[in-house]
Amino acid sequence: MSFPKRTFDAVIIGGGGAGLRAALQLAEANLKVAVVSKVFPTRSHTVSAQGGIAASLGNVSEDNWHWHMYDTVKGSDYLGDQDAIEFMCRNANEAVIELEHYGMPFDRLENGKIYQRPFGGMTQNYGGAPAVRTCAAADRTGHAMLHTLYQRNIAARTQFFEEYFAVDLVMDDQGYAQGVVALSIETGETLFIEARATILATGGAGRIFSVTTNALINTGDGLGMALRAGLPLEDMEFWQFHPTGIHGAGVLVTEGVRGEGGYLVNKNGERFMERYAPNAKDLASRDVVARAMAVEIYEGRGCGKDGDHVLLKLDHLGADVIQQRLPGIRELSLKFAHVDPSTAPIPVVPTVHYMMGGIPTNLRGQVVTPTATGPEEAVPGLYAIGECACVSVHGANRLGSNSLLDLIVFGRAAGNDVIEYCRENPFPRPVQEPSLDKIAARLARWDRAGDGITVPELREEMSKTMQLHCGVFRQEEMLQEGVKKMQQIAAKLPDVVLRDHSKVYNTGRIEALELENLMGVALATMTSAAARQESRGAHARDDFTARDDKSWMKHTLYFAENHRLDYKPVRLKPLTVEAFQPKARTY
Amino acid sequence: MRFSIYRFNPETDAKPYMQDYELDLEAEGKMLLDAILLIKEQDETLTVRRSCREGVCGSDGMNINGRNGLACVTPLQDLKQPIELRPLPGLPVIRDLVVDMTQFYKQYRSIKPYVVNNDPEPEIERLQSPEERAELDGLYECILCACCSTSCPSFWWNPDKFVGPAGLLQAYRFIADSRDQASNERLDDLEDPYRLFRCHSIMSCAEVCPKGLSPTRAIGKIKEILVKRTV
Repeated sequence: MSFPKRTFDAVIIGGGGAGLRAALQLAEANLKVAVVSKVFPTRSHTVSAQGGIAASLGNVSEDNWHWHMYDTVKGSDYLGDQDAIEFMCRNANEAVIELEHYGMPFDRLENGKIYQRPFGGMTQNYGGAPAVRTCAAADRTGHAMLHTLYQRNIAARTQFFEEYFAVDLVMDDQGYAQGVVALSIETGETLFIEARATILATGGAGRIFSVTTNALINTGDGLGMALRAGLPLEDMEFWQFHPTGIHGAGVLVTEGVRGEGGYLVNKNGERFMERYAPNAKDLASRDVVARAMAVEIYEGRGCGKDGDHVLLKLDHLGADVIQQRLPGIRELSLKFAHVDPSTAPIPVVPTVHYMMGGIPTNLRGQVVTPTATGPEEAVPGLYAIGECACVSVHGANRLGSNSLLDLIVFGRAAGNDVIEYCRENPFPRPVQEPSLDKIAARLARWDRAGDGITVPELREEMSKTMQLHCGVFRQEEMLQEGVKKMQQIAAKLPDVVLRDHSKVYNTGRIEALELENLMGVALATMTSAAARQESRGAHARDDFTARDDKSWMKHTLYFAENHRLDYKPVRLKPLTVEAFQPKARTY
Repeated sequence: MRFSIYRFNPETDAKPYMQDYELDLEAEGKMLLDAILLIKEQDETLTVRRSCREGVCGSDGMNINGRNGLACVTPLQDLKQPIELRPLPGLPVIRDLVVDMTQFYKQYRSIKPYVVNNDPEPEIERLQSPEERAELDGLYECILCACCSTSCPSFWWNPDKFVGPAGLLQAYRFIADSRDQASNERLDDLEDPYRLFRCHSIMSCAEVCPKGLSPTRAIGKIKEILVKRTV
């Protein structure tokens, strides 16, 4: 089978913050770069990021990257790779200043510098007073950043394949990435986009759960592609529950609300975080706050007639602060909770928000996998950045406002490495037909007519199982049962049949391809979670309540073949500074 | 609940038609997009764009009971039944509620939507006072959903020549940015009987904007600056 072909130096899959930042680096270096995105780029999920982007600019309180690095290592519950964390925190200021120069409309302080606000887990002086580190454009920082990056890419004349769905990676038998086969959603035609370097920037996969802050498009497409290419996924048991999703709607309310002075109360009106985190209180790490909320609800101190949520109080901030700093939250709260936060509290509940795990990479953005020669060997020509990647800067728990930073620091780093890689590899390698045939067969499978279950039916079965068996608190029996159930559910995939086989803008077909990706991610998550017998960061177990550094300070690697697990050590050695030794984590 | 939805599949339909759907659903607390996705579970062929489902990505602009809006932030209970859904007016229909936005994006790109600043790059941020920054409020929040431009008769008649409200809102966003040094070139480009002056201030754009922005006001500001520039 041959596909029509277009050839570029590099192809980027995903038009969110990471993909667009990488694209800019390449386009400005005069490489021929294509961005493949299943939605128009400004519809990517980066647009929903609210509170801000961390950088130790020190515009409000004294700050430096060492303190930011310490907070990130501690926040990761010592599962983050310290070389990558140093790299990110060191490069944060430059990366944020670059965004400002690109025209990003940050809020400003009286002296004209970028406005910063406090965020959870961010401190001065290695665990001291709260640091004011998170740079913000009101509560629309992701929107401001994504639009700015798209605009710069217009200036750089980046080639976009808008509303093209990436189906699978093309790889040769030596393991080189050679580009991607993509499907035009508008016409239904397929296209082989050949490139010497391929960058996966496909974002998260929160849609494996039934309640999530994630956009409907967050279906883990890059992760599915990596699994089908025989590559592992790293640390997939670590999913962040954001403390403040709007009850019933799942829509996100930024941690910036608490950064600006809002706080959580239970049904007795008690500010309960004071009990769980006496120092940081409501600005403890997200895993800590989410668990505290779950305990309050479980022990009968939840609010509402079902006692199934807590309240986020911010009316005391005053209508002016809310209007100026949190206008988007006011809008979302009015629309989805029917509450004006300047007069009444917002009902909130911990909600699946962010995938700490992903495709394993090094700090240059290269995808790495264990081979005979070492545990982290680069896959030539293949890169991953942003939420779909696990570099790993977030370890077992991400700090708020570190993800936008992750996107641009590693988007830029991967761009730079691709420039070098393309110089060293000036010609595309010959494409092997079988690699394309496999992809054609996968697509053709969905042309089958007849009776069978529908995509939404199986998707719902999967997401409900994940929600039930892989929640805030986990324990052996539920996890093992979850693994069994998920394998049974995944085994039904061949029975799913499409009713609509048309070509033009067939979103049913796209949802089917997405379901295959979701299923791979769900299995990876369930399998990895069931194996880890300790509590660390977002992975909290009732039956193994302590962190176990001796047995479990290691990264999980999941392979689709036979659901095999492997492990690799955490990189404890930073680039230039002393390592931060694991210690008990309190806030 | 009763719905009447515009259907057109170019592969099978000679012309578009309206299809009725019924849904057994408690409207309270639900958004229109929730209902559309439930209908799609019954009828896989129904086609719509959607992404964030919270009114920030701008994917699901459509004509709802005669008025442009985002399905994901339109409360179901406020809508008169049968709820009539049509694609955004004035743009070619690809399929059902999905329109071809090429022309809309082209106009957006034509206003050069990026800050131009030719000074040497400082190693720190370019300073901007809170007042200067406040000039961008009500402008930068645009989500490119096209609800405004496709409710504008001038854009319907001249989508290739008139920039349209969304594009002009962004044009002013960059003129208003204290960091931008290309205002004169931007104004030169807009000083044209079509690009700017097809706007007749009927204000449909501001009325439908799901983010509460006012392209009319921005267009007025551009015209004001142009007048000042000539005297």
